[in-house]
Amino acid sequence: MSGYSITEASPRQKWIAGLLVAGYTIVTLVPLFWIVATGFKSPSDAIAYPPKVIFTPTLEGYVNLFTTRTRMNPDQLEALGPPQTWYDGIVRQYDMVISGPSRFGERFLNSVIIGFGSTFLSIFLGTLAAYAFSRFKVPLKDDLLFFILSTRMMPPIAVAIPIFLMFRTLGLSDTHLGMILLYTAVNISLAVWLLKGFIDEIPREYEEAALIDGYSRFQAFYKVVLPQAATGIASTAIFCLIFSWNEYAFAVLLTSGTAQTAPPFIPTIIGIGKDWPAVAAGTTLFLIPVMVFTILLRKHLLRGITFGAVRK
Amino acid sequence: MAQIVIRNLRKEFGDFVAVRESDFTIEDGEFFMLLGPSGCGKTTTLRMIAGLELPTSGQILLDGKDVAQVPASARDIAFVFQMFALYPHMNVRRNISYPLVSQGMPRAEVRRRVGEAAGILGIEDILDRPVGGLSSGDRQRVALGRAIVREPKAFLMDEPLGALDAEFRERMAEELRALHDRMGATTVYVTHDQLEAMQMGDKIVVMNRGVVEQWGTPQDIYDFPATMFVADFIGSPPMNFLRFDEQVRAGSRTVRLSGVEVPVPQTREATSGARAALGVRPEHVRLSDDGAYRGDVIAVEYLGTTQIVTLDTPNGDLKARIASSDPVKVGERVGLSFVTQTLSLFDAETGRALALERESVRGREVRETTHG
Ligand SMILES: Nc1ncnc2c1ncn2[C@@H]1O[C@H](COP(=O)(O)OP(=O)(O)OP(=O)(O)O)[C@@H](O)[C@H]1O
Ligand SMILES: [Mg+2]
Repeated sequence: MSGYSITEASPRQKWIAGLLVAGYTIVTLVPLFWIVATGFKSPSDAIAYPPKVIFTPTLEGYVNLFTTRTRMNPDQLEALGPPQTWYDGIVRQYDMVISGPSRFGERFLNSVIIGFGSTFLSIFLGTLAAYAFSRFKVPLKDDLLFFILSTRMMPPIAVAIPIFLMFRTLGLSDTHLGMILLYTAVNISLAVWLLKGFIDEIPREYEEAALIDGYSRFQAFYKVVLPQAATGIASTAIFCLIFSWNEYAFAVLLTSGTAQTAPPFIPTIIGIGKDWPAVAAGTTLFLIPVMVFTILLRKHLLRGITFGAVRK
Repeated sequence: MAQIVIRNLRKEFGDFVAVRESDFTIEDGEFFMLLGPSGCGKTTTLRMIAGLELPTSGQILLDGKDVAQVPASARDIAFVFQMFALYPHMNVRRNISYPLVSQGMPRAEVRRRVGEAAGILGIEDILDRPVGGLSSGDRQRVALGRAIVREPKAFLMDEPLGALDAEFRERMAEELRALHDRMGATTVYVTHDQLEAMQMGDKIVVMNRGVVEQWGTPQDIYDFPATMFVADFIGSPPMNFLRFDEQVRAGSRTVRLSGVEVPVPQTREATSGARAALGVRPEHVRLSDDGAYRGDVIAVEYLGTTQIVTLDTPNGDLKARIASSDPVKVGERVGLSFVTQTLSLFDAETGRALALERESVRGREVRETTHG
């Protein structure tokens, strides 16, 4: 016999697998790296050709992201005296002074409210619906489930015009509530289907034991079913959040002021000055919440997507 | 503790009738077995007693009060599930105390009760372990702990030993029975294993296709099966049926098997048609050279002190359990006789036993079983 084994990969196979994984990692991480790096470049470095990999980092992009600035003539600058803060110093190089905060903070907060709000609502409604579908005799259950899924059979943006008109009539345009409802409507079918799968896997005996132990149906649901569905809820929540956090098309169409989220706002930062570092800085900050959320729930996510395949 | 009376209980799932017109009584403190083949409605019956399933019609009297439509949480009954249903996100102590917490019991009292239950079951040392890594025996004990800690009116157990391996089953069965004897709690226990039922139960109800065929003490059911199904289901090997096509009349003292008159206890009723069966337990068959009724030995199975002899008779195959010391050879033709007072007679058309006048069997007063 040679050293051949069915279960253990040969060193060559391991090498090839390693290389493939490394290659894939590079392909996915380089754009991210580039965005983060661009956020710390000066505007001229950002558009330099050939692209600069080594550069002097500056916080200019971040300062520009969070502020609005006005240009002044030298006399006025003279009158102001030396810059008071480090960020004042940065903008002075361009003969400008900070005239106020930018709207980035508000837009970012909108994203947080709408993204997490709709995720919460999708999960809340989705869990209840999935539980009902999983446990109770629902008339026309299969048809209803199919109907719920059918809302995802076309790209949501295909119904943008009717939604636009509907929102205008109902006064939901450019409101947080409107966007939360919209994203929830899109996410909920996915949530119901995913969660139903998870809840189906939880043996009914657990709830029945709780019922017999003296708990009501609803207590049994949230004290026994919910903790065990945590894995499924976490992974479903990540999918919902990623969608609503990153959604661009509806956000452009339906929000412009009060409820505008970060995705349509960030590209407008570029303005006339070709301020790529500020755009990259905004994008970097925008990536962080989903990343943190995903890392926090990573344990659940990994178990979640292999759920059912591996039985305890 | 409680008496449970099942009256005319019926359960339909859509068009399918899972349990029909059941009647039996579980006395206070009894260890009561629900026995029957797979799919006969044992679990459904038990779940109705627990309140997990609401009956289509009929009554469940718990200490005289009809609870048929009362929700599970209000019945004060404990249930031990086949796969234990321990909450995987809680440790042993929390699993056991969970039913008490629901009643809003003070913490100190909960601790005391959990400690007590753990003591009874001998699981004090694993109280703070997660349930995930427990052996199946310990899981079983924790599940029992969760049941006994409440001091409920009754315990319901659905094949509680089904998930254990054969060796362990026996030990756990003894433990369970000992636990019951110590606590004296009314217990309803579902099993499809007739041996387990005979060994552990004070009373047994035998179900088949949603119908209660018979209920009574293990001895009653063994000695006087009410139906051919029960006779066939209980005992290993089961009761033999010697079928014959002749109407049995009320008051007769013999039946004719292929021309040979065989004495039976005097009948009190007649068969409805011309098909009948004589029921005889293997251990009540005697091999004797002078018997007029004869059969050919076709197989011999040696079991240590006894042996099972399979005979080909004019009325079908028959198994006899005789001492190993009796010499029998395959191919031999032997005469057969039966212990008259132990015989049963069945109406082969309805499958029901005929009422017979009996003297005592095993020195007990004989009651004719009329259930079923
Ligand atoms: N919720 C239900 N809906 C429809 N049919 C059911 C339901 N529960 C049980 N049944 C049917 O009722 C019959 C009796 O089921 P039950 O579970 O009581 O049998 P059992 O005697 O416990 O059998 P086993 O030994 O296999 O556990 C079965 O044929 C089963 O398919
Ligand atoms: Mg069952």
